[in-house]
Amino acid sequence: MHIVVCLKHVLDPEIKPRYFQIDPETNRPDYGDNDMVLDSFAENALELAIQLRDKTPGATVTAICLGDESSEEVLRRALAFTANAAVRVWDSEWENLDGQAVGHILAQTIKTLGGAELVLTGYQASDIEEALVGPVMAEELGIPCVTLVSDLELADDSVKSTCEAEGGYTVVSVPFPAVFTIISSETNVPRLPKVKDIRLARSKSISLFEAEDTDLDKERCQPGVRLERAYVLNRDVNCEILSGSEGTVLADELIDKLLTLKIF
Amino acid sequence: MNKILIYTHHQEESLSSGAKEVLAFGSRLASVTEGTVEAVLVGVKPTAGAKEAISYGASKVYTVCNPLLAEYQVDLYADSLYTVFQQSGADVLLLSFDRTGKDLAGRLATRLGASAITEVTDFRTEGSKLTWVRPIYGDKALGEYSTSRKKVVVGIRQKSQDQAVPDSTRTGEIIEVNYSVPEEKVLTKLVVKIQSALSDIRLEDANIIVSGGRGLGGPEGFQELQALAELLGGTVGASRAACDAGWVPSNLQVGQTGAVVAPDLYIAVGISGASQHLAGITSAKTVVAINSDPEAPIFKRANLGVIADYKTVIPALTEKLKKVLV
Ligand SMILES: Cc1cc2nc3c(=O)[nH]c(=O)nc-3n(C[C@H](O)[C@H](O)[C@H](O)COP(=O)(O)OP(=O)(O)OC[C@H]3O[C@@H](n4cnc5c(N)ncnc54)[C@H](O)[C@@H]3O)c2cc1C
Ligand SMILES: Nc1ncnc2c1ncn2[C@@H]1O[C@H](COP(=O)(O)O)[C@@H](O)[C@H]1O
Repeated sequence: MHIVVCLKHVLDPEIKPRYFQIDPETNRPDYGDNDMVLDSFAENALELAIQLRDKTPGATVTAICLGDESSEEVLRRALAFTANAAVRVWDSEWENLDGQAVGHILAQTIKTLGGAELVLTGYQASDIEEALVGPVMAEELGIPCVTLVSDLELADDSVKSTCEAEGGYTVVSVPFPAVFTIISSETNVPRLPKVKDIRLARSKSISLFEAEDTDLDKERCQPGVRLERAYVLNRDVNCEILSGSEGTVLADELIDKLLTLKIF
Repeated sequence: MNKILIYTHHQEESLSSGAKEVLAFGSRLASVTEGTVEAVLVGVKPTAGAKEAISYGASKVYTVCNPLLAEYQVDLYADSLYTVFQQSGADVLLLSFDRTGKDLAGRLATRLGASAITEVTDFRTEGSKLTWVRPIYGDKALGEYSTSRKKVVVGIRQKSQDQAVPDSTRTGEIIEVNYSVPEEKVLTKLVVKIQSALSDIRLEDANIIVSGGRGLGGPEGFQELQALAELLGGTVGASRAACDAGWVPSNLQVGQTGAVVAPDLYIAVGISGASQHLAGITSAKTVVAINSDPEAPIFKRANLGVIADYKTVIPALTEKLKKVLV
């Protein structure tokens, strides 16, 4: 069984709003390389991929990232998680790709790799949050896609996935191959890689696929949406800080305030 | 932007709240761009929903009827929406980016060769140029996007629109679409659906929410919040960090990837106020923050701030409220 997990290199979502700025020239956040991390839901997907492989004899995990050279760090991380292979996809001609273009390129890359029984992505990347790449890849590959998945269970020729639903959850079953978009859950909390594995990961090779290495449709590599303008949002409210320091005093103060606001 | 087709999801006999929001968005868009609003419903026989869509401004409603479409099924819903979109000759497909919209938007856009844009909260026009507005970077910024393809699929962020007022005197045409269900396309099968019994009040409908985060330090802290919430006639919510730690089930999560709530009172306890969490409470009327760190970003969103260890405040608050509220 071949499991592919797609990883995106993104601006650290935990960056404090006060350090967050957008460059009006490029419409992109101003950031240095230090502020880039592995997308968090993709990291949950990676963790799940490794767990499934370890439960399935003969299974392998390939991590794929579409990104420039700096994004190799997410693939190193995947290798430190003990992924079997890592592929970076990049071409200097690609500019401002949107989720659909990324979905097309990743799908074609997976075909070039000989296909996969399971394709795992994060549910939504923590930068632009399009939540498109998974479903688009499924459509490109002509296979089912299950979204908002918190856990997977493999059977002989199908997969059962636990998915978030309104007011509860559902379990759905699909045949292989299929795409799953993963959300965080108690079962896919990313591991702390072992020092030994981190060291081993450094010496492993990362394959590079460029545009000419896969069978791409030029039209589909063009973005369908273009960011014309971006600006920082300021939603600051004037907060009234209560003055007391004792818990009981603060509780009294708070109740008074809420009573004057007629909330209850 | 002449013809707008809206997928209106319905449950039982009535339109979902997301569908009503999208109808409001679509009507607004149509009035600015001099376009028309049409809707599509999929189900056993969604006539009541179709009439409702007309009362919310659709001039024509396509209904795809088949007993096999009783339960939402992604492969069939995508296929039937694709069929109706082609038949209607629409330029734009609007849908709520809710649970179903997240399944459908990317698939349909790719199948239709359309541009796709999700989590849209607004649009702008400048002359004949139209851009779609959506939050980016975990709600830290807004982006305005143009599209390059003739057709576009647009997912509207949940709870981002005021619902329109229905007008039952509006009239419109209902067209039953001939759709033979391609059973071989059904690949995704529902095994079981579990309704969570943990909370009686849906977070989305709650007037008062007491929410806890990583600062609670463990599941025990949530019992204190539960007691407070019960006293106030409210319900308990949580941050993603608390859900991921397994202290509370994930359906209590509030935020961008959890519930988007609109209570009168939101009490955030031990929650730092990451933008992704705040994205879920933009419509909360009064926000109270209880946090030991005066620098926590939650104090930039809160109306009332309590800088303290929650352990000293919550029990006192609960005790005192017991006296006030009886
Ligand atoms: C794509 C994406 C989507 C996301 N979606 C969501 C979402 O939907 N909802 C969500 O919540 N998060 C979401 N997150 C995660 C978000 O970025 C934060 O990581 C998360 O909200 C942090 O949770 P927290 O505030 O509980 O924890 P922390 O940030 O660790 O904050 C804990 C707070 O508790 C305070 N504290 C500690 N001890 C005490 C005490 N004794 N008394 C009082 N206060 C105390 C601390 O000062 C601190 O401010 C998302 C992230 C990404 C990348
Ligand atoms: N450039 C990329 N390279 C690899 N995977 C990606 C890339 N962009 C998005 N993905 C995957 O798709 C998921 C959803 O991203 P998005 O559709 O951009 O919100 C991410 O969590 C990743 O798993």
